Amino acid sequence: MLTRRTALMGAAIAALMIAAPALAADDLKLPRERVELVAPPFVHPHEQATKAGPKIVEFKLTVQEKEVVIDDAGTKFHAMTFNGSMPGPMMVVHEGDYMELTLVNPATNSMPHNIDLHSSTGALGGGALTKVNPGEQAVLRWKATRPGVFVYHCAPEGMVPWHVVSGMHGTVMVLPRDGLKDRDGKPLHYDKIFYIGENDLYIPKDENGKYKTYDTVGESYADTTEVMRKLIPTHVVFNGRVGALTGKNALTAKVGETVMIVHSQANRDTRPHLIGGHGDYVWETGKFNNPPEKDLETWLVRGGSAAAALYTFRQPGVYAYLNHNLIEAFELGAAAHIKVEGKWSDDLMKQVSPPGPIPPDKLGAADPATFSR
Amino acid sequence: MLILMKMKTAMLAGALAAPILATVLSPAPPHDDDGAVRLSPASFSYRAAGDFSRNGRPVEGLMRKLSLPADLIIMKRQVTVAEYARCADDGACPKVPVPNGSLDVPVVGVSWHDASAYAAWLSRRTGVTYRLPTDEEWTFAAAEKARDEALPLVDPADPAQAWIARYEAESARSKPAEKAVQPAGTFGTNSNGLDDLAGNVWEWTDSCFLRTSLDDGAERITNTNCGVRVVEGAHRAYMTDFIRDPKSGGCAVGIPPTNLGFRLVVEPSSPVAAAFSRNLAKLLRRT
Repeated sequence: MLTRRTALMGAAIAALMIAAPALAADDLKLPRERVELVAPPFVHPHEQATKAGPKIVEFKLTVQEKEVVIDDAGTKFHAMTFNGSMPGPMMVVHEGDYMELTLVNPATNSMPHNIDLHSSTGALGGGALTKVNPGEQAVLRWKATRPGVFVYHCAPEGMVPWHVVSGMHGTVMVLPRDGLKDRDGKPLHYDKIFYIGENDLYIPKDENGKYKTYDTVGESYADTTEVMRKLIPTHVVFNGRVGALTGKNALTAKVGETVMIVHSQANRDTRPHLIGGHGDYVWETGKFNNPPEKDLETWLVRGGSAAAALYTFRQPGVYAYLNHNLIEAFELGAAAHIKVEGKWSDDLMKQVSPPGPIPPDKLGAADPATFSR
Repeated sequence: MLILMKMKTAMLAGALAAPILATVLSPAPPHDDDGAVRLSPASFSYRAAGDFSRNGRPVEGLMRKLSLPADLIIMKRQVTVAEYARCADDGACPKVPVPNGSLDVPVVGVSWHDASAYAAWLSRRTGVTYRLPTDEEWTFAAAEKARDEALPLVDPADPAQAWIARYEAESARSKPAEKAVQPAGTFGTNSNGLDDLAGNVWEWTDSCFLRTSLDDGAERITNTNCGVRVVEGAHRAYMTDFIRDPKSGGCAVGIPPTNLGFRLVVEPSSPVAAAFSRNLAKLLRRT
């Protein structure tokens, strides 16, 4: 059942359809639904609250190893991704649903991969049951028992951090069946959802300080690990590259619209901030059974977790949404922009006097004696 | 200590640097013959640089019909790595990193101070007075390569419209695909015979940032900030004078200049013309 709100969300074609049971034995007598994923910053259409009973929701993630460009200088690196995007797509279910996830590792890839879903329970988050070599796939079913936004990531033995910082991380959102609520139990809704995945990158440099390129992802491993061990990223980016969400790719909203911003960081702490706005309701730890905090300026996303924030835009303009370690935002890339259309409110803000000369007999000539008393 | 003092003196482009000695020791001419171009005065359109406001709200810069007061002699090419290196070797210009080791490409990663130090050094070495062009001179020389980027006027009661319009205009700029500097001539020659205007190297000008009020029909400069200079290329930009590697800042994002380099003009030798030229901006505003 698509609501009007649902129809507003996301850019891609909705494809909610009842599918025949797939590979897994159907020991649960529950209805099934297959979801077609969309690339971030968008999220597949979903109900914010549901009256229907629990179901089995089918998703498919295909691992893609590919070379990508990560900044305007044309720096390249060999990414490892879920479905080709950094972060991997967001997968949304409701509390009590079962997610049935098919993880595909095409024969064209060079490495084994798996998936650890922080939202699941047991077997290293599914990592121990999903290790697929190139040319294999596995299907994992897990029950969504805790509502919230959660990280998922690849966790292959011996090289977990390398796969994660190379792009293999994403987000699961488990919504309460009756929807989001404030601390008093009042329902909360969003008109739009922006899905931000922050990624710290560690690109090796040659002796002249130029970023190195490699023929294969495997060849970059040793050098990359050496950079990683120093813990200083060369790039910190939203959605896969510097400027992925700025300029022509800036996010858009309207005054009066309520936006949910989900911010996911699988490896490293970050602290999102909306310049010129706030977090009206923020689940800083990302788990919806805890009441949201109100009116935040900046919130902390712990490395290995996701956070969710609701904000209703009240003023038009161009907003920057960034990691408020400003060095990481402006020097390393962790910034997005949101263009907000609407009517300016003089009540909220007005330029009383534009920049101009300092009047000599006012500010400049203040008598010090009046302050010393 | 002595070395340190000597270096400092040289860095400051002080007149105490020994030009004669340097000339004897250095076999190469200070500046390669690039066929500098002499342009006779002609009428051209010029969008005044800086911020303009009328009755407290931002408006676009004034469009003027101008004509330079004297011939303009301007370098055909941007100053190259090889040329700049001679100044650096003399200790008169700060050394800047050369990314790919190529010498016959425009020098980039230079600040306004670096470019000005080069002009001072070259003037001492040649006896000809070189300086950075004013924004007006650059625009005249660039001819069809100069871009007029006036922003649409907006609803004064709603400043956000202006920000969104500006953001979209900046986002829509086509930017040079390549950051790596290219051999001289790669970006073509303009109708005045100048190479590589509006390519992937922006050029420093000597013009300061001005804030101008147009209240009540009168034009009045309310602030002059010479810590920020006009930079010209595929689009006009304002750059703090010590910046060598531009990036977009704050919430105004757009596309910053890809690289910062420069070319120089020759100050007319006649003292009258020189004085004329120095006061060019002032004089032009009266026309």
